[in-house]
Amino acid sequence: MATQEGSLHSGFAFRPVELTFGQKIWSINWALLLIILVIAAIGFLTLYSTAGGTSDTWVLRQLIRFGIGIVAMFVVASIDLRLWYRFAYAGYLGALGLLGVVEVLGTVEMGAQRWVDVGVFNLQPSEIMKLALVLALARYFHGRTEEEVGLIRWLFTPLLMIAVPVALVLRQPDLGTAILIVLGSLAILFLAGVRIWKFAFAGVAAAGALPLIWGYLHDYQKIRVLTFFDPERDPLGAGYHIIQSKIALGSGGLIGKGFMQGTQSHLNFLPEKHTDFIFTVFAEEFGLFGGLTLLLLYALVIATGFIIALRARNQFGRLLGLGVTVTFFIYAFINIAMVMGLIPVVGVPLPLISYGGTAMVTILAGFGLLMNVHIHREVRIPRRPGSVET
Amino acid sequence: MRKEGDREKIFTRRALMLGGGQLALFGVLASRMYYLQVIESDQYKMLADENRINLRLLPPLRGRIIDRFGAELANNERNYRVVLIPEQTEDVERTLARLSELIPIPIHERRRILRNSKRMRSFVPISVTENLTWEQFSRINVASPDLPGIQPDVGEKRFYPYGEAFAHVVGYVAPVSEEELTNDPVLQLPGFRIGKSGIEKTRDLELRGSAGNSRVEVNAYGRVIRELARRDGQIGRDVRLTIDAKLQHFAIEQFGDESGACVVMDIHGGEVLALVSNPAFEPNAFNIGLSRNEWQSLVNNPRKPLTNKAIGGQYPPGSTFKMVVAQAALEAGAIGFDHTVFCPGHMTLGDRRFHCWKRGGHGKMSLNSAIMQSCDVFFFDIAKRVGVDPIAAMARRFGFGEVLGLEIGGEKAGLIPTKDWKLAVTGVAWQKGETLNTGIGQGFVSATPLQMCVMAARLGGGGKAVVPRLIKDAEAVAAKGTTTGVGADSGFASLGMSEPALRAIRDAMHAVSNTPRGTAYRSRIKDQEFALAGKTGTSQVRRITKADRLSGKYKNKDKPREERDHAIFVAYAPSHAPRYAISVVVEHGGSGSKAAAPIARDVLLYAQRRNPLAARPNDDIAVLTTKSAGG
Repeated sequence: MATQEGSLHSGFAFRPVELTFGQKIWSINWALLLIILVIAAIGFLTLYSTAGGTSDTWVLRQLIRFGIGIVAMFVVASIDLRLWYRFAYAGYLGALGLLGVVEVLGTVEMGAQRWVDVGVFNLQPSEIMKLALVLALARYFHGRTEEEVGLIRWLFTPLLMIAVPVALVLRQPDLGTAILIVLGSLAILFLAGVRIWKFAFAGVAAAGALPLIWGYLHDYQKIRVLTFFDPERDPLGAGYHIIQSKIALGSGGLIGKGFMQGTQSHLNFLPEKHTDFIFTVFAEEFGLFGGLTLLLLYALVIATGFIIALRARNQFGRLLGLGVTVTFFIYAFINIAMVMGLIPVVGVPLPLISYGGTAMVTILAGFGLLMNVHIHREVRIPRRPGSVET
Repeated sequence: MRKEGDREKIFTRRALMLGGGQLALFGVLASRMYYLQVIESDQYKMLADENRINLRLLPPLRGRIIDRFGAELANNERNYRVVLIPEQTEDVERTLARLSELIPIPIHERRRILRNSKRMRSFVPISVTENLTWEQFSRINVASPDLPGIQPDVGEKRFYPYGEAFAHVVGYVAPVSEEELTNDPVLQLPGFRIGKSGIEKTRDLELRGSAGNSRVEVNAYGRVIRELARRDGQIGRDVRLTIDAKLQHFAIEQFGDESGACVVMDIHGGEVLALVSNPAFEPNAFNIGLSRNEWQSLVNNPRKPLTNKAIGGQYPPGSTFKMVVAQAALEAGAIGFDHTVFCPGHMTLGDRRFHCWKRGGHGKMSLNSAIMQSCDVFFFDIAKRVGVDPIAAMARRFGFGEVLGLEIGGEKAGLIPTKDWKLAVTGVAWQKGETLNTGIGQGFVSATPLQMCVMAARLGGGGKAVVPRLIKDAEAVAAKGTTTGVGADSGFASLGMSEPALRAIRDAMHAVSNTPRGTAYRSRIKDQEFALAGKTGTSQVRRITKADRLSGKYKNKDKPREERDHAIFVAYAPSHAPRYAISVVVEHGGSGSKAAAPIARDVLLYAQRRNPLAARPNDDIAVLTTKSAGG
């Protein structure tokens, strides 16, 4: 095995392991950056149309946030992967602390406690937690052998690491973020090699616990679930969002109504059109072709994420890369499935397109981690600190 | 190293599984997109259009109702009003304060407007005031730059220029009631009015026209963004009546405070020239809406202003029925032309005594003198000879006992009794005495003023089946040429009555008002060119009992109003070539000769001088007054 591995990587044998800052910047994945820029550009155009043909309402502020996000991406990408590894747990604890602060100080917005006002802008600790948890779980499973991963006792710690922030997020209450965190974490557990029968067992257990969970749901969440199954039960109330969104999408047809010509969005039949339902605005104006193009662009981002992760030479990077990628996928899938009436309405934005600062910065910072894995794909990290094993 | 390799292998395998799963989920999204945007697209396109496109109805202008010469009996008046659009002003209160310097706005109205401006969406216009004068309206228009949010607006409302005069013919309009809703969407427009009686009701569809519409794009809050398309409606058609407004007006004036009815007809064409029912109501008030008190006083008024007495009032025709009895007797051969009866003032049948109106009796009476002096005993005699059923049959030929089909609602059939009818209704056989009562138009017999006028027209027209009509059909006029010109022949079929009998009766009717002993001699028209031939009638409201006779207190002047007799007069003119037929009923007016004949005389003289049947009537007869006409 050893010889085989040696020959496999012989091509990179002379590559310097330590890169300068400039080299790091130059060695980012340009293809990924290009796709991100294209998707973001689509977002700006859609926001411009949604605002009725003006940049003043949303586009300019969104551009500034995007700029901040891109800077964050480069900063995150250039910090040595081993530093991220070293401070993964500390970051996790910090994020957990922030989430706790939200419980105490959080300002109430849209009926939910999600924000901490840090002066310049509102900080959403649950967004930070998404990345911090991926880092922490990646570090944890980086240090586990295949046998250890197979044992149940090694699963208690990561499950606790997931459960505590999820519980805090649910208390706010923010079902969308909680679902994102749970699904993203489960993906990391899956990739790390946790036995598949355990997932099946957990699935059955979760199904059994559904009635219990139902009791803990807030009324508005219950209504959302009920209206998902039957939007017509209250066409002017809770079902209105889903119905109007489907009308907008369907009436877009094959090629759409044209840029700035979406009647459903421009005449305000569509709710939350610049945030959660922005995909609908886009697909109403550009039709099936537009919708599929955007879906394809997302698929390209995800595929690039897979390639980067698979090419990484360390388990931490692999888990981190795919953890970020899967989180991105879940964002896109839940949002698009929601506006098309496939799943209940949950407050999940469309990544890189929906108007909103924290989500944009979080996602771009996440891509920074992915770029980081790409840049540091040859870096080897010992399984245990001080261990000679690479 | 081996373990690291295994871990990588597991990771790769799991990553591929995860990637495959994600690909499948994106496939689900793509197929859902295809389903919504291609397969179901047409349905959603329709729903999207339903969302954004509103069909606004544009109410059509209601057609006018005009008289035979084009005078407007019902038209549409401009309704000058002012609306407030809250979003166009920063301070609703200040705008209202400024507006109230120009027009009075009561304080409670101001409160209502303020309340509504807060409650409703800010682009919805709020009605501030309606029915402004032109002067007020132009003042607001001039000041409009200083009145942000105030929008002057012109609407339409139904107006009846003659007020009460044509209330029963034209009718009135009022908001649509639940039962009147049809599939015509215009009926659901707020404030839309529908014909509730008279021509307004029977010709409502014609007058209404059809609504236009405007397709407008609205946003989710209902605000109109732009008009996409507009289709103008069809304004309602004018309805032209056979009525002559001036003649009708003249006739109403003759009634004064009396309640009653008057019908004037063209004998040749059957056109109703005047249809008066007095008193009437103010139709313009119905349009705006009556208060409970106003309504109650109309309903409880003993003179029944809401009933169209000309077609819906049923009165015993009294002596005006004698022509029918005479024609029946002559045609049946029950009597000859030389038949005479001695009138001692009463007639005895079994143990009952039937009195003539003249206590002392008329002496020897011929057909001519019996009609001229309205001798009751003569008609007791011939009615007994001919029998009730032939009288009833003749009455029907003259137009009694059934509705004549005038183009407005509320027409009554009256009653012409027969032996079978009485048995069927009361279960008691016909009594001989009842035949005698029928012979003088009393007892069970009842008729409407319209029917009495038709009888006069059929007599005057020489036995033609004259049918009355109210609507002047434009096409019929064009086809017949100068139907309305004097001398034009009617298209009515003959009733097949005996000509010599008719002639004898008409001679007698001429004598009624042209010989000194005739009952209506005092109401004659001196000018022989216009001379009228008529018949008085007095219909008993209360039977004169034996006690009344003994006490002598059966004269009308001794009775309370509601027990006094109805005065009736039927006539046609000119006597030598009949053209106009008339019937006049004065409720509780006493005797026909005193109360009804003078009105009929004046109206007939007016009608003949004015001649509304000519293409250009004589408008210059203002000098003609009741006094100069009589003589």
